[in-house]
Amino acid sequence: MLLEWMMNGHAILYTGVTLAFWSTILIVGICYTIFDLGFRFDVAWFLTETSPFMWASLGIGLAISLSVVGAAWGIYITGSSIIGGGVKAPRIKTKNLVSIIFCEAVAIYGIIMAIVISNMAEDFSGTTPETIGARNYQAGYSMFGAGLTVGFSNLFCGICVGIVGSGAALADAQNASLFVKILIVEIFGSAIGLFGVIVAILQTSKVKMGD
Amino acid sequence: MAELSFNVDHGYLEGLVRGMKAGILTHTDYHNLAQCDTLEDMKLHLQSTSYGKLLSSSEADLTVSLVDSKLRESLVTEFSCLRSNALPPLSAFLDYITYSYMIDNVVMLITGALKQRDVAELLPRCHPLGAFDQMAAVGIARTPTELYSAILVDTPLAQFFQDAVSESNLDEMEAEILRNKLYKFEADRRAFIITVNSFGTDLSGGERSELYPSCGKLYPEGLRLLARAEDHEQIKAVADCYPVKLNTLAFLQQFHFGVFYSYIKLKEQESRNIVWIAECVTQRQKSKINNYIPIFPGTS
Repeated sequence: MLLEWMMNGHAILYTGVTLAFWSTILIVGICYTIFDLGFRFDVAWFLTETSPFMWASLGIGLAISLSVVGAAWGIYITGSSIIGGGVKAPRIKTKNLVSIIFCEAVAIYGIIMAIVISNMAEDFSGTTPETIGARNYQAGYSMFGAGLTVGFSNLFCGICVGIVGSGAALADAQNASLFVKILIVEIFGSAIGLFGVIVAILQTSKVKMGD
Repeated sequence: MAELSFNVDHGYLEGLVRGMKAGILTHTDYHNLAQCDTLEDMKLHLQSTSYGKLLSSSEADLTVSLVDSKLRESLVTEFSCLRSNALPPLSAFLDYITYSYMIDNVVMLITGALKQRDVAELLPRCHPLGAFDQMAAVGIARTPTELYSAILVDTPLAQFFQDAVSESNLDEMEAEILRNKLYKFEADRRAFIITVNSFGTDLSGGERSELYPSCGKLYPEGLRLLARAEDHEQIKAVADCYPVKLNTLAFLQQFHFGVFYSYIKLKEQESRNIVWIAECVTQRQKSKINNYIPIFPGTS
């Protein structure tokens, strides 16, 4: 059966890519060690030479894009179930739009955080690690971290609300009294997206870019 | 992680099938139907259920066979609605459901041909869910190899018939054996049917165990029990827990294909129930009318 699985096209692709990736890393690492070029692998150089603006922009990008992915995922999971269930039980259509609204709220959290974080990016005039100053570096890293926080928590919140909303739609189609009970589960699910926003706000509260 | 990606392709159809399942007759419906005195009464009662105008459009005499064929027609319509909207792998799954009907049809045509019956008169009696293009030609074949190489190799049944075509000649008993060999994937029900059918013939217990499919919930303890069962009482004891209950349990989970299979089987059971009630009504045997198998308990 392992042979059968290996004959599958997808499996061959994945194993091939993984093998190529890890063997490249291994060979490059061995070469650097043999030729005594290990000093080139310098984390401190990387962190000080990259501009804080790069980290800040990455944070903003991740905040909005991961939140939108989560919201979209949740909406299609719920939406297809509402449409399917609504064929034989048309009364569920309007009530179940609440699930879609909960998923959409996740995307709104993402865009709010992206705007808040992007407003903190100010100009500074240093060019070397000493003149840029620790505070600007800290600002860059904080903005990146906040973007990661809000992005991933909204991603999973959106998926969670979507799956629960799908169950709510199908249960509502069978028995109308179940909808409100399952809505409570959804409310708890959407609270976790809110946690992400709160922590991200806390992370960026001390950010001060500039001279 | 099925719930993350199931709804992309199959969310709509799952919602649709669950809506159709809500239309299956309940306890109270069956109770009303059992109170009827004529088929006309039953027709009126059926109109208020999800069957709607099914029977009222026919102006011919209302007989039980007409009711049966109309019910079957509605099942086929619903199934083809699901099948035409399905994407793989759901489409492959729904195709597998039709294969069992196809095998039934093929075996029926073979036995009919053996008894020198005209193929044309057998064709309308084939189950419509198992129809495939080369059905009419099946009756012409004389030996299994000819049957396989000329006709079945093009149908989706080819893979099942490959192992079974080692019989040297076709006769009645072997047709049933052929069918049972092909049915490896409809395990449990076949186990019961084999046992019941073999009471009248002289298959010994050992031969019977050979015919049992090697999968399904009954394997292996239930099968051992069945092989030793010698009369109907013992069969009932083993059969008490299974078919309808398992099918209703499939609806308790979301994001899997079991709901489609279970819906088809429950709809068939419902057709059988309605036909049974209709027969009892027309023959005025009210005592046996409650021998149908209710599917869902009555809800408010």
